Amino acid sequence: MDTLVDIKKLKKHFPILGGVFRRPVGMVKALDGVSLAIRRGQWLGLVGESGCGKTTLAKTVIRLWKPTSGHIYFDVPDETKALIEELESQGKNGSKLNYLLNENDLATFSGNRLRSLRRRAQLVHQDPFTSLDPRMKIKSTVGEPLRIHHVLSGEAARSAVKELLERVGLSAGQLERYPHQFSGGQRQRIAIARALATKPEFIAFDEPTSALDVSVQAQILNLLKDLKKEFGLTYLYITHELLIAESVCDYIAVMYLGKVVEMGRPEEIFHSPRHPYSQSLIAATPVPDPSRRVGRIVLPGEVPSPANPPPGCAFHPRCSRASDECRELAPELRPVSSDHYVACFHPL
Amino acid sequence: MKDLIKIRDLAVRFYTYEGIVYAIDDLDLEIRQGETLGIVGETGSGKTMTALAILRLIPYPGKIESGSILFFDKSIDQELELLKLRDDRMRSIRGNRISMVFQEPGAALNPVYTIGDQISEVFLLHRRRELAQRAKQRLDSLLSDGNGLAAGVKRPFWGWQRRIYDKIAKESHAFEPRLLGRLPLFRRLLWRMGYEAKLLTVDMLKDVEIPDAARVAVQYPHQLSGGMKQRAVIAMALACSPELLIADEPTTSLDVTIQAQMLELFRRIKVDKGASILFITHNLGVASEVCDRVAVMYAGRLCEVAPVGEMFVHPLHPYTKALLNAVPMPGKKLETIPGVLADALNPPPGCRFHPRCPSAMPICGQERAKLKEVSKDHMVACHLY
Repeated sequence: MDTLVDIKKLKKHFPILGGVFRRPVGMVKALDGVSLAIRRGQWLGLVGESGCGKTTLAKTVIRLWKPTSGHIYFDVPDETKALIEELESQGKNGSKLNYLLNENDLATFSGNRLRSLRRRAQLVHQDPFTSLDPRMKIKSTVGEPLRIHHVLSGEAARSAVKELLERVGLSAGQLERYPHQFSGGQRQRIAIARALATKPEFIAFDEPTSALDVSVQAQILNLLKDLKKEFGLTYLYITHELLIAESVCDYIAVMYLGKVVEMGRPEEIFHSPRHPYSQSLIAATPVPDPSRRVGRIVLPGEVPSPANPPPGCAFHPRCSRASDECRELAPELRPVSSDHYVACFHPL
Repeated sequence: MKDLIKIRDLAVRFYTYEGIVYAIDDLDLEIRQGETLGIVGETGSGKTMTALAILRLIPYPGKIESGSILFFDKSIDQELELLKLRDDRMRSIRGNRISMVFQEPGAALNPVYTIGDQISEVFLLHRRRELAQRAKQRLDSLLSDGNGLAAGVKRPFWGWQRRIYDKIAKESHAFEPRLLGRLPLFRRLLWRMGYEAKLLTVDMLKDVEIPDAARVAVQYPHQLSGGMKQRAVIAMALACSPELLIADEPTTSLDVTIQAQMLELFRRIKVDKGASILFITHNLGVASEVCDRVAVMYAGRLCEVAPVGEMFVHPLHPYTKALLNAVPMPGKKLETIPGVLADALNPPPGCRFHPRCPSAMPICGQERAKLKEVSKDHMVACHLY
């Protein structure tokens, strides 16, 4: 399988403005060197606690935000990526490198080029109560991407909208309604229909079910599964609920304080986690089965502020295995078995 | 041992413009001494309303229509009917013997007062006599130990203060201290009670495992993280060692690792303080972790009440089964519940779950099923049993 989205050493820092002249007095390192590859047709789950940079990653990959540094390649052949890397390693800042980056690196895109990308990559937001315009009818909300991207117009657009809504489980009779007339689950379906309108290849979901009830959540997850199969989509699925990630995703990345600490297939991550953080995250997840009540690890302390991360490995103040090495050096992602990467000096 | 809370035939209705919302319909439930009872259900199933009804805090336009809530008072060995209690008596129970932890810790705390101020308020309201007693003891030690000129000058003054505190300790609303409390300048004589309350507050914060409690006590809510705020709210609820602690989705807005810390804390509270906990949650995993018994609610009615081991291993009610199947678990197909949650304005006749129920029978649409005990402690409201 080839790689659809390739993120290389992505950084996104937000300045903290202070003082009379609103000068930057610090940096919130929301993303601090994230490398991630999403293969075509994959359902990649991104898990982590709040404030670890999950949402920032999704919004930066879709290029709602411009990254501070790093590369994002969307459907770029491996040879081109290798060439760029080679040129970069030579330290030349020549016109060839600039040309290649401008052509291929999403991080440099703007204007028309970005718009054409947005047709192929879409985002579904977390809270369906705020992501839909309360003053737009459902038909205009779902039809808007078609209009903006000049995909379809007139009668063709209208019937496409109808088809989309039926596909996500709403009826054509609801076209004329406003968002407040729908329940949370239905609104999330509308948001999904809107994301599907331009027939994208890649959709990023930012905790699409966190505002929904369990039974509705199951409906949405089943819908996503069906859509993925039907349209051959690639998903980046952000969640803080590990049970969801474990049961639906093909591949999982665990984030902590702006960095990916572990990547692997769900079986491996959940049955033999190698990073102490993944292990405690899994142990802390409540499971509706009293017989599985054993083996809890309660992590001490809280997630440190990304504005002032601890030196070395960001997890070391809460880690039971921390050594002097962890306090000074930041571990890189290293493979521990095939397709299983961990960023830890003392993996489990 | 008698049940701490006994709810019988409780009905709560909301009179809205669109019609009458049957928020709670004939609810029967007991909370036993020293147990954690979980209430689980989806949005709008009446979980929070049950809790608010116990505290008599149902918001307008809601009304407790009928029923009774009996609270067993250990000190007088009698059951109190909470719904018929006078308002001032109810106030002395609320926050004192029954207290509540709200869902959103950020919204439960007042942003313009420090954490310490807000927690000491509980002591100043419900523990006046105890505080006065402590202040008196402190003055006693000052009177006996104080040496030198300053102490000599202050001594008569301390003696006077001691007399006032003595009066409060004997009768919390004695005339003289009450009068002094109203007079500017003289009011300040009572500062020692506030001081004692602050000391108790710091102890309380230490008790819920807040590091550096003395510093947190003088901070404002916005200076604390979500987990810390929730701990502070729990400390406030536990301040008067309540017999019943109601926790309304206390971990919903928190991260998994912080949630695990909170669940550990609740488990410890139950063991250390011997309090009963009513734990409201929509997360079945959380319920299975902390609860001893679990009650499942759907559209204002109870479906099933069972010990936690029974509930998650042998669920009986079709709704409980469906709910458990809808939880994503690895290696299991996700099953959904067809249809949507029953309309509270216009609920279906008979069993409220029957339009979505896979094993519905003709009788389900006509008659509501009564809650009956099918095996020991396992109660279910379904025509199948």
